[in-house]
Amino acid sequence: MRAVRSTWRRRAAALGATALVAAAPVLAIGPAQAQQPTVLRVALVQSIDHLNPFTASFASTAMIGRISWEFLTLPSAEDNLPTPGLAETWTPSPDGLTWTFKIREAKWSDGTPLTAKDAAFTFNRMMSDPAAREANGTFVEQFQTVTATDDRTLTVTLKKPQASMTALDVPIVPEHIWSGVTDMASPETDTVAKVGVGSGPFTITEYQTNQLVRMKANPNYWRGAPKVDELQFVKFDNADAAVNALKNGEVDLINRLTSTQFDALNGQPGITTNKAVGRRYDELLINPGAQNFDRQPIGDGHPALKDVRVRKAIARAIDPATIIDKVLGGYGEAPGGIVPPMFKTYHYAPGPAEKYTFDLAAANAALDQAGYPKGPDGIRVAPDGRKLEFRFTGHATRDYDQRVVKYVAGWLGEIGIKITEVLVSDNEVDESTSAGNYDLALSGWGTNPDPDYILAKQTCSVLPATAGSTSSNAFFCDAEYDRLYALQAAEPDIAKRAEYAKQAQARYYDQVPSVVLDYKSALEAYRSDKFSELTRQPVSGGALMEQSGYWSFYGAVPAGEDAAAAGDSGGLPTVAWIAIGAGAVILVVLIGVVVSRRGKSAGSADDKE
Amino acid sequence: MTEAVSTATGAELPDPDERRGGTGTLRFLAGKIGAGLVSLLLVVVLGFLLFRMIPGDPVTTMTRDRPTSPQQLAELRARLGVDKPMLQQFFDYFGGLLRGDLGTSYIYNRPVAAMIGERVWPTVLLVGTATVLAVVLGLWLGVRAAWKRGSAFDKVQTGVALTLWSVPQFWLGLMLLIATQGLFPSRGMTSPDTPPGFFTEALDVAHHLTLPCLTLLAVIYAQYMLVMRSSLLEEMNADYLTTARAKGLRDDLVRRRHAVPNALLPTVTLVFLQFGLVVSGTVTVEAVFSWPGLGLLTFEALRGPDLPLLQGVFLILAGSVVVMNLFAEVLYRVLDPRVRAS
Repeated sequence: MRAVRSTWRRRAAALGATALVAAAPVLAIGPAQAQQPTVLRVALVQSIDHLNPFTASFASTAMIGRISWEFLTLPSAEDNLPTPGLAETWTPSPDGLTWTFKIREAKWSDGTPLTAKDAAFTFNRMMSDPAAREANGTFVEQFQTVTATDDRTLTVTLKKPQASMTALDVPIVPEHIWSGVTDMASPETDTVAKVGVGSGPFTITEYQTNQLVRMKANPNYWRGAPKVDELQFVKFDNADAAVNALKNGEVDLINRLTSTQFDALNGQPGITTNKAVGRRYDELLINPGAQNFDRQPIGDGHPALKDVRVRKAIARAIDPATIIDKVLGGYGEAPGGIVPPMFKTYHYAPGPAEKYTFDLAAANAALDQAGYPKGPDGIRVAPDGRKLEFRFTGHATRDYDQRVVKYVAGWLGEIGIKITEVLVSDNEVDESTSAGNYDLALSGWGTNPDPDYILAKQTCSVLPATAGSTSSNAFFCDAEYDRLYALQAAEPDIAKRAEYAKQAQARYYDQVPSVVLDYKSALEAYRSDKFSELTRQPVSGGALMEQSGYWSFYGAVPAGEDAAAAGDSGGLPTVAWIAIGAGAVILVVLIGVVVSRRGKSAGSADDKE
Repeated sequence: MTEAVSTATGAELPDPDERRGGTGTLRFLAGKIGAGLVSLLLVVVLGFLLFRMIPGDPVTTMTRDRPTSPQQLAELRARLGVDKPMLQQFFDYFGGLLRGDLGTSYIYNRPVAAMIGERVWPTVLLVGTATVLAVVLGLWLGVRAAWKRGSAFDKVQTGVALTLWSVPQFWLGLMLLIATQGLFPSRGMTSPDTPPGFFTEALDVAHHLTLPCLTLLAVIYAQYMLVMRSSLLEEMNADYLTTARAKGLRDDLVRRRHAVPNALLPTVTLVFLQFGLVVSGTVTVEAVFSWPGLGLLTFEALRGPDLPLLQGVFLILAGSVVVMNLFAEVLYRVLDPRVRAS
């Protein structure tokens, strides 16, 4: 019997201890401390590759870099046109080959004065070190020399005029921190010791690889300190979990939502959704006869697609309105040129005379007229006897591609063109399109406020020198387009340059090496019960995240007096702790009951042995 | 990993009756370890070839959607070493392996070994906790279900186990996340706002661990339960149990002292065999809860595709299966006298 009693005593003690442990959280967590810092928590659904601004290539990390280091000039929140950053003024020489920037009086976050020498160091490092060109190298390709003639004057000379001089998306770094870095690709360049000194509204104070980036307000920021004390970028590998976290108040801001997620968040209390004009366009590439830099044909595109009349008929047989409505859930804009309407200065919108209006009868008539009669099986035949049967290459993993291919195949079937679906992995799409092994293929690009890059991708000069190494987007090569491109690239006057850029896009539109299908909206959401204001870029209808600047974070205004309380929501609400504690206690009691019942039934037997 | 093997050798049962014991066991161990090493070598070669057979060029993938000039692409290729001939790449990789160098990640520019090193412990914590709970729960339920074969309890438990076993982990995790309404964190292992201190930090980790652990537990306990149930059912008709009952022993004693120990054999082996597989099975659970472990690292590497990282993770995951297999075989020999005698 004594054995039984001691077992019971042991059990009771264990039970008590476990209950105490379970209840501890409730006892330990006192009331929230007063004067919590205001924290804006941002969900990142994309990986964090580097914090080193020379190598940070992902949209997520480029965004963090833009907050941490100020630029010479940057696109404004109002209309994306250049506005002063570190440079108070900028003056090009008459020939456009020499630019002089006047640098403002400012300090780095560690108190060291910021001078033109820092800017000169940044650019010179990129010009001399390939590893430092990884993220933003295209901006310095035409740079001849960069010198700081004194602390306030930076002079850049160019090999040839470059229109993007007022939109250099290059974070300027402190020379006293970075001059000691010999290997730009080394892991130490991603540590706070290196990336923790900045000149932007917030500076990086903590980094947990691919998990968390913490930034604190920079008191030395030249525009004045921001209204939020801290930013936290937390990485989610599952977008649905991130949406859930926004609903629960674990995070305050999220982007890259799908239309389904966006609709689910619409009208939720305390949450404001933001449907922003997108910076990306989706397109259907039509192989115009791929060729290499020496104008030798490459790839295996269908010869009939070299005929611009066939390409135009295809463009007329596609209805972007249906794609936007049915595939994008209405979250997209109707197409025009390759610069999205978000950058309205340079965006080309075709007039009624040029526009490819969806009209299957007209497309059919045009093909009849061009000498592609329908055969007995309803499929058209080219003058050379080949049937108009085209492969349609798309990304198997993307819902968009899977659905667009069905619509396009249906429409083209109506005009006597047979489509074979080739939905493959992203890598295979890349491989076949860059080798010219496609007839029709889905593609798309994100664009910058400065249109130079996306326009340059359509020139003859970027045709592949060797097979498979192309920067050309659609194997477009057209003398008239190249002429207009060169004019815009060398034009310092924005209004004139925009005119040339639009004419170049009009030429592209007319020649149809690809059909722009839509501009996807950027879908975002934030906790408006915690932040009353976040600045969009552009202010009317623009995005909050992945801007060409730091406007949303710098302009964030915590909501009223509740903000301090809201700052605590990263931890657990007390209610939750009590619930967990209670749950644990119940569990322990249950286990205790079960164990004791076993003890009872086994008791006598225990004695026996 | 080698440590695990050496403890296994140390775990020999002192058995005075076993005359050929020493040399036999040694020979057996040497053979098993040799076979394990061959498997690992195959894993290295296969991993290398497999990830290079994926169509596409890592450099093109990495630079997708960002401004790059052909010159930059060439610089990047040279830096990553993908411009070298395949055979030379393999020998570079293999030579590095022998020096304990798993290479450098393409995307993160960090040594793969260091990246894997910092991700091992979260996975061990998650898998370890879930496995321990799954074993306890699975064995307990399995024994109960077998003993009351055909009862309502047995039918319900078996049904639940089969259901949970066949439910997709991804979906289950997400449902738990949505159902708990923010009671538990949606991501990661720690919260950035935890006040410092051992107690608060441990509590924070436990709080984050709950949901991923439950998800993993729900999926793996079922297997242990079903195996335990079937192996106990096999024992239940054995003569020695009839003898034990005939001696007048109480029913639960017969179960605990006689039947269960014998039925444990296949289950214990399965636990170890499974342990290696469970590590790779965490990919989905870790991806749902952004749990910073090896599974998530695999997921991130695949997105790249970050070849050196993929190869490293592949090697570790496959290696853990090989080592655990070895461990299970040795353990089985130790536990089951019949195997030893043969």
